[in-house]
Amino acid sequence: MSEAKAAPVKKILLILSKATIENVYACFILANGARMEGIESEIFFTFFGLEAINKKKLQDLHVATVGNPAMHIPTILGGLPGMEALATKMMKKEMDKLDIPPVDEFLEMLTASGCKMWACKLAMDMFHLKEKDLYDDIDGVLTVGGFYERAAGDGSQLMFI
Amino acid sequence: MTIAGQEVSVNAEGYLTDLNQWTKEISLEIAQQEEVTMTEKGWEVIAWIQEQYRNEIPLTIRKVGKSGVTDIKEFYALFPNGPLKKASKIAGIPKPVSCI
Repeated sequence: MSEAKAAPVKKILLILSKATIENVYACFILANGARMEGIESEIFFTFFGLEAINKKKLQDLHVATVGNPAMHIPTILGGLPGMEALATKMMKKEMDKLDIPPVDEFLEMLTASGCKMWACKLAMDMFHLKEKDLYDDIDGVLTVGGFYERAAGDGSQLMFI
Repeated sequence: MTIAGQEVSVNAEGYLTDLNQWTKEISLEIAQQEEVTMTEKGWEVIAWIQEQYRNEIPLTIRKVGKSGVTDIKEFYALFPNGPLKKASKIAGIPKPVSCI
């Protein structure tokens, strides 16, 4: 405990690079959990992670059923039509029981909590996305350098998801 | 432990272990220690939190947001730097175990 008091975490900066629902939720729960503890939090959405703030995509994120050994089903079954949708539906049902909100509501919760959200400029250019395509309450578009600048100061931690 | 001149039982982290011992005076002193300034709205939230506890409903930020008493942004402003934990401590209920 004394060690924790000596150098507390003051700010968590998360980089979300994937759009499978388990990664998006891991990122959101960590960011929200930090705010709940009085720790500052920020998210940098890059590459496929941009789907989590893409207005047209964010409600339709899926759990990966192929190439995911934790599903404990044969890969060939995971690739069957409808499998991802089914697994996603089951997962969402379980999450709802735990009071974990859907992606759009979670974004609102994060905004309300004071979590800052940034879109990666390069990834936006690559996917031909404009700011109007993104969730309205993001804090802006940043380069990698711009995001690193935000990590300045003692007690900042960067995490890649 | 004595808070606001009253003998109360608390756990190692200073959370009241018996809500029946809670008084407004005690919670004011806890609020001061937690650097929270209590407002009329803050008391409304505390009353709502105590009601949830009595009804055995686990507390989450999401539920607070849907309480009709306050919204999430205001909740963070009312109880800065860890709203759920601080509000629970002031309300005299156990530390919440939720990550949401």
